[in-house]
Amino acid sequence: MNLAKASFWGYKRENGRVGVRNHVVILPVDDLSNAAAQAVENNVKGTMALPHPYGRLQFGADLDLHFRTLIGAGSNPNVAAVVVICIEDTWARKVADGIRATGKPVAYFGIEQHGDHDTIMRASKAAREYLQWASELRREERPLKDLWVSTKCGESDTTSGCGANPTVGNAFDKMYPHGVTMVFGETTELTGGEHLVAARCRNEEVRKKFQFVFDRYQQVIERHKTSDLMDSQPTKGNIEGGLTTIEEKALGNIQKIGRKCLVDGVLDKAEAPTGPGLWFMDSSSAAAEMVTLCAAAGFAVHLFPTGQGNVIGNPILPVIKLSANPRTVRTMSEHIDVDVSGLLRKELTPDQAGDKLLECMFRTANGRLTAAEALGHREFVLTRLYESA
Amino acid sequence: MIHFVVHEEGDGVGVVVVEGVKSGQALNGWIMEDDKDLEVAAKNDIPIGHKIALRDYKPGDTVIKYGIDIGKVVQPIRKGEHLHVHNVKTKRW
Repeated sequence: MNLAKASFWGYKRENGRVGVRNHVVILPVDDLSNAAAQAVENNVKGTMALPHPYGRLQFGADLDLHFRTLIGAGSNPNVAAVVVICIEDTWARKVADGIRATGKPVAYFGIEQHGDHDTIMRASKAAREYLQWASELRREERPLKDLWVSTKCGESDTTSGCGANPTVGNAFDKMYPHGVTMVFGETTELTGGEHLVAARCRNEEVRKKFQFVFDRYQQVIERHKTSDLMDSQPTKGNIEGGLTTIEEKALGNIQKIGRKCLVDGVLDKAEAPTGPGLWFMDSSSAAAEMVTLCAAAGFAVHLFPTGQGNVIGNPILPVIKLSANPRTVRTMSEHIDVDVSGLLRKELTPDQAGDKLLECMFRTANGRLTAAEALGHREFVLTRLYESA
Repeated sequence: MIHFVVHEEGDGVGVVVVEGVKSGQALNGWIMEDDKDLEVAAKNDIPIGHKIALRDYKPGDTVIKYGIDIGKVVQPIRKGEHLHVHNVKTKRW
């Protein structure tokens, strides 16, 4: 597929970023505000609440990450407007101000001194106005470079490493020369293949930063582990699918960054990239956490290879699933957007598989719902760094 | 029909890519990187996605896949046998 003149139809936002969805989000800052946020979602059909279990008594770097994730999610170009609800006024305003920096419409509401009923009424009025306003926004044709593409695999098996992950790699190799902004992560899931990623870093500075975050995460494992992690990493699903060790899983994982792309920079969790190219995000390897961090970093479409059939979705970031496992494609077809099992039968070349994925990516960017969207998978999972105060 | 795939020449394992492989079955393999074929007889039933040993191993040996170390052998394995968590372990963690 020649991508030189490739384009997609997206929503150009106030800050110049381009989204592929047009959500009006009701964003609770903390667990206590979920009920009000969901009530507003129920009152104003077509809005979407993002309930989650955190936001109270977090502090330091963990609190910074909480705010960065919420502000990033609200700032994502797939979101047209946001209604922020928090138990306390101050933090509601802090999150709203962060999102408002993008120029998009934001309103915020604190529950204390008002109660749920009054808050829900006022927030519903704002949400209704935003929804009707957003419904008149129109897609426009934009060049491929305006699309930000993330990847992370899940419930991998051995077919991931020889089929679905190299297909993402093929697509990444094709997009990279055209100035697309791309990201991968899963820090511990590079264990055994970290030298391959280090060798792909653009320069010594990037390499040092990568090695630093990789080593730091290894220390977390060493500090807390009670076994060789055979109950967690690889997961039971990975082992059921034939993956034997973390090294084998990592080498399959790394196929996602193709053969030509360089790693242009290293991002902290939920941190937005500052330019085009391939970025590595220091992140958990748990699917919903990593995809949520990608959404918070501003990515607009996600490529998710699976072997055994991870069913993940995300409320903001459309998750395109592909699999090369013929059994998964047969038994879990409602979850799979792109079937690349032909790769393992010599019925599909890597080049054809990459094109098939890119074609689905463009259709998704243009508005086609992913399997995960159609099935209502809206996993919004915040990463925590340590205990609350 | 391709029963198992091998990433590259020199790898010590193949990945079974069809369902229902039985002990004693003659299997056709495909080395993807080099586009070459090979044949191995299965010595166990091997589920789809699981690995078949392409050589004999003794404890302490290293298993190579993608041309790279994926772990150490902890039980003897013969060519054609099922290679997985019961006979191979990580060298990390």
